[in-house]
Amino acid sequence: MNAAPETIARPPVIEMFDVAVATARAPDTAVISGVNWRVSLDDYWVIGGPTGSGKSDLLATAAGLQRPLSGAHRLFGSELPSLHETERLRERLRVGVVFEDGARPFPQLTVAENIALPLRYHRDWNDAMIRQRVGEMLDVTELSAFAGRAPSELARALVPRVGLARALALGPEALLLDNPLAGLDPRQERWWVDFIASLAAGHPSMKGRKMTIVVACDDLRPWTSQGRQFALLKENQFLPLGGRDGLERCNEPLLRDLIAAESP
Amino acid sequence: MDRVHELVAFLLIALGVTLTKFNVAPRVMRPLVRAQIYRAGVCLLPMIGFLGCALGLIIIGQTVSLLTRVGAHSFIGTLMVTVVIRELGPLLTTVVVLARVGAATVVELGTSRAQGEVEALEALGIDPVHYLVVPRMWGLAVSVFALTIYFVLVALLSGYLFAFLQDVPLSPAEYFHQLARALRWEDFALLMLKTAAFGIIIAVVSCYQGLAKPLRIEEVPIATTRAVVSSVVACVFVDAVFIVAYLLI
Repeated sequence: MNAAPETIARPPVIEMFDVAVATARAPDTAVISGVNWRVSLDDYWVIGGPTGSGKSDLLATAAGLQRPLSGAHRLFGSELPSLHETERLRERLRVGVVFEDGARPFPQLTVAENIALPLRYHRDWNDAMIRQRVGEMLDVTELSAFAGRAPSELARALVPRVGLARALALGPEALLLDNPLAGLDPRQERWWVDFIASLAAGHPSMKGRKMTIVVACDDLRPWTSQGRQFALLKENQFLPLGGRDGLERCNEPLLRDLIAAESP
Repeated sequence: MDRVHELVAFLLIALGVTLTKFNVAPRVMRPLVRAQIYRAGVCLLPMIGFLGCALGLIIIGQTVSLLTRVGAHSFIGTLMVTVVIRELGPLLTTVVVLARVGAATVVELGTSRAQGEVEALEALGIDPVHYLVVPRMWGLAVSVFALTIYFVLVALLSGYLFAFLQDVPLSPAEYFHQLARALRWEDFALLMLKTAAFGIIIAVVSCYQGLAKPLRIEEVPIATTRAVVSSVVACVFVDAVFIVAYLLI
């Protein structure tokens, strides 16, 4: 990977050294091999790949949710298995994950309860502090009017925002998003792209701290003007492309396909 | 045999998580345990009451009546304690809870797993065993114990009611005196241990069947049946251990 000098100077968030990424469906099978990848603080990575290329598994491995089949993976400079459970949890919580397929909110909880769950579980806050943080998350994701509703009672386009608000509630330093625009109309797409851009630039709800962003997608068009680093997943390989200039120079046919992809 | 090993490993993991995370997130865990007690305990009160009445009227009433007629009414207390309090009460209650809650748990957790909720919990740093299994374990342990007490009381009372209606010459005082005489403190202790063990078995087996692997829709009924059968077999084995304990005391 050809990283710019200033990228190397910034502290690492995610590092992978010759990692073979397992697939959740068949834990002994590598879906991507030989991944050498470094995500530094304040990076904005966009990873394109067709359906079934292993985007979700790569993000799960990057977040420390899935163990690599081989190779070394570090989160904020630490190898998770070597850490004590408390430290491992602390490192893991520095990364938020927004899943594909509606971001997987818990259907038995209301929107507000979904957002409050990680706060109630991990923070020794009183109810007023939790309510305040939940209210803040509801405001920024424009879900305040639906706080008491179950996720199944929301319009389909709003459901992933519950998962987004829940992932942001603990104030992570990095956010990994798996195909966040899948199934959204152009207006909703715009909202997501703008909101993620504001997180990368330093959102007030995150105390103005710039967030490290990694987006995996199967349609690169909305992200070409947003991402600062790009990569492709092709034939079980992770192919870093560099910055926007690298994206323009790249002659990879798959990249052309992903940029020309029709919105679902 | 592999499945037995996996089940035992799952049980040990669940017990380990209970101990190591005993004080973790009580504000999240206590309502979850209460919800399980409500669902597996309070909601089953009418059903258990009905079954207790039926057992009392059909079996106990006739037994009391028969023993009195043949002059063996001095054995009523011992018989009731042995049959109803030690064996029938815990087993019947467990089977009802298993049918109503255990089977539903498999479907619930199987669906949760298929929808990726387990991974979502892990991403939030919440141990799925702590959040999904531990409340069910303790909720069902408390529920089976409490429901068994309720079942036994209803069965013994309705049993005497039946005998009374048949003009059995046995006063209520004598009936309850015999019961009290036949009961020992070990009966209460073992009943508590046994019913709690039954509740934990139902919870662990159902959770294991729901969570062990992602279920396809056609696999859900098979996993549910397996959970019911495995739970019954495990409870019978545990019951056998308790029979030995009863014989020793």
